[in-house]
Amino acid sequence: MGCGRCKTSYRDDIKIFQTGFVKFWLTVLVATLLVFPFVASPYLLYTVNLCGIAIIGALGLNILSGYTGQISLGHAAFIAIGAYTSTILSLRLGIPFWASLPLAGFVSAISGLIIAIPCLRLRGLYLAIATFAFHFIVEYIIVHWNGLTNGTGGLTVPEASLFGLAINSDRKIYFLLLFLVFCGAAFAKNLFRTEAGRAFIAIRDNDISAEIIGINITKYKIRSFMLSSFYAGIAGGLYAVTLSFIGPEHFTFLMTIEYLAMVLVGGVGTIAGTVFGAVFMTLLPEGIRLLKDAFSHDYPFLVTRMADLQASCYGIVIILFLIFEPTGLFGIWIRVRNYWKGWPYSY
Amino acid sequence: MRLQPLNRFPIHSLPLGGSQEAVMDSLSLKIFFQLTLGGVIVGSIYGLIALGFVLIYKASDVVNFAQGELMMLGAYICYYMITTYHVPFVPAFLITLLFSAVFGILIELLILRPMLGKHVFSIIMVTVALATLLRSLVGLFWGHDTYRFPAPFSDKAIRFFGLSILPVELTTVLTAVGLFILFYLFFKYSNLGLAMRATAFDQKYAFLMGISVKKIFSLSWILASVVASIGGVFLASISSLQTTMSFIGLKVFPAVVLGGIDSVAGAILGGLIVGLTENLAGGYLSKFFGSGVKELSAFFILLIVLMIKPYGLFGKKEILRV
Repeated sequence: MGCGRCKTSYRDDIKIFQTGFVKFWLTVLVATLLVFPFVASPYLLYTVNLCGIAIIGALGLNILSGYTGQISLGHAAFIAIGAYTSTILSLRLGIPFWASLPLAGFVSAISGLIIAIPCLRLRGLYLAIATFAFHFIVEYIIVHWNGLTNGTGGLTVPEASLFGLAINSDRKIYFLLLFLVFCGAAFAKNLFRTEAGRAFIAIRDNDISAEIIGINITKYKIRSFMLSSFYAGIAGGLYAVTLSFIGPEHFTFLMTIEYLAMVLVGGVGTIAGTVFGAVFMTLLPEGIRLLKDAFSHDYPFLVTRMADLQASCYGIVIILFLIFEPTGLFGIWIRVRNYWKGWPYSY
Repeated sequence: MRLQPLNRFPIHSLPLGGSQEAVMDSLSLKIFFQLTLGGVIVGSIYGLIALGFVLIYKASDVVNFAQGELMMLGAYICYYMITTYHVPFVPAFLITLLFSAVFGILIELLILRPMLGKHVFSIIMVTVALATLLRSLVGLFWGHDTYRFPAPFSDKAIRFFGLSILPVELTTVLTAVGLFILFYLFFKYSNLGLAMRATAFDQKYAFLMGISVKKIFSLSWILASVVASIGGVFLASISSLQTTMSFIGLKVFPAVVLGGIDSVAGAILGGLIVGLTENLAGGYLSKFFGSGVKELSAFFILLIVLMIKPYGLFGKKEILRV
């Protein structure tokens, strides 16, 4: 398949779909995804919807942390801002979904801008701590601003409708998500073939060199922050519609850890890896649930401590991937692919 | 996503110190002093945890997000010893310290050693994951109920100058002060302390001078873990034992950022300042901003310090102009 392929131009090298083989299988994938909701069980469909939301959110985090190298521990806060913005806008002001969802993204992006400005002076560890503090401040506001967010009581999300079509079933949400995931991934993939995306990568690899070759670091860091939180806001708005109820307990620090795990497990700074990671981390709790059901006869305490079981699995998965497979699932995929490319002469 | 609320907001609340009625019916100046005293008590625990954090950061450049979890684990081990095996408090406490020392070495060897030289993102994530793992394991074994910690301190408040302090609080402050002095002497006079300082100053040169940098890394984890469990046992004795106490570990960040992330003295002072601010904010500002202002004030300090003086009061300035 890939053997002996020779690229003769730069254009060839940055092509997204490098071979006909890739195009073929992608077409098959898209066809499968289109048929999927008509054969899947409702629960499976719901889980897959969560995967889609996770992909959008994780793409945002990967743009900021994976591609621009800015460690953010506040991703759940941006998702929460998106979810609450879209819900409150449609609940209190009656703004239709087609407007409230992008607005959720924009409000989240503006809050990303606000947190980006003080963070511009900070790097690495200090940035992590600052975004960490931001998370707790947002959580505090959500819990205590009763008039707006109904505090710990949470909000019931009104039914969304898009151009007269009510989005009231998982299947409709699925198609909406499929479209948005496709747009989000395509935008992110193309972003890193443009000047802005290259500037992000340059800042990650060496910020001083980036400044020297004429990249305005302040400008691009702010852009990266805003773009990342825009994705998070959209993911939040979709999350609210999918769950149809949101409360502060949905946006804990554990959610940030989950998203970071997606990025790390999938592959830092890769788009395909983000998709792998998001799907893996969303399906992981389902796997744990199966394990729990298998063992709950002998260890009945597992039933009540599902959340702990899940969190400990996140912890173990992140640690194992960081130590043994730092390139993530994407790295494994590349290795397997290269092995079969040259098979049986893989050396 | 579909997770139970593991960290529902209020981060473990601490008492103001002393009996409450003494606070209520006195003059405003007395209230101020009582709040200050409470702040010192809480602050000394923050200082202890921050001390462990700084020890690890100085020696190995590892940002330990699991410091609060190490503290929680220490308290649970001590509780387990006392309630299950009926070990008296003092031996149980010593066993806990031994356990945390071993646990510290294990973490360093198994998790942090392979991460040596990796990007700061990976190192932060590995400790964040470790924190999640420890907290959920404790939750798996002990659940999330609140336990009364069986510490042998009397409930009678000691009174002086109209202020009151519980014996356990007094012991906490004295232990913390004792440990601070001990660490000061250790770093100033002992060979190991000097070796740790040398490693913190420059790993390569320390290595060339014949210091076993690996041993120093392990030692820093031992010390941090032991100091954390001391803090944990005292914290559990003052308030109660529950998994949310690990969120006290988050207060480490305001404390160390304020004091300077690589300064032992800064950690202690930062811890005290954060404790004081929290208690005074809780006493005077919660009327206006609601009850959560106490927990949040520390994070506001953190953001403000990061904006105006990112290297804290005593931190080493790394000059970067980007």
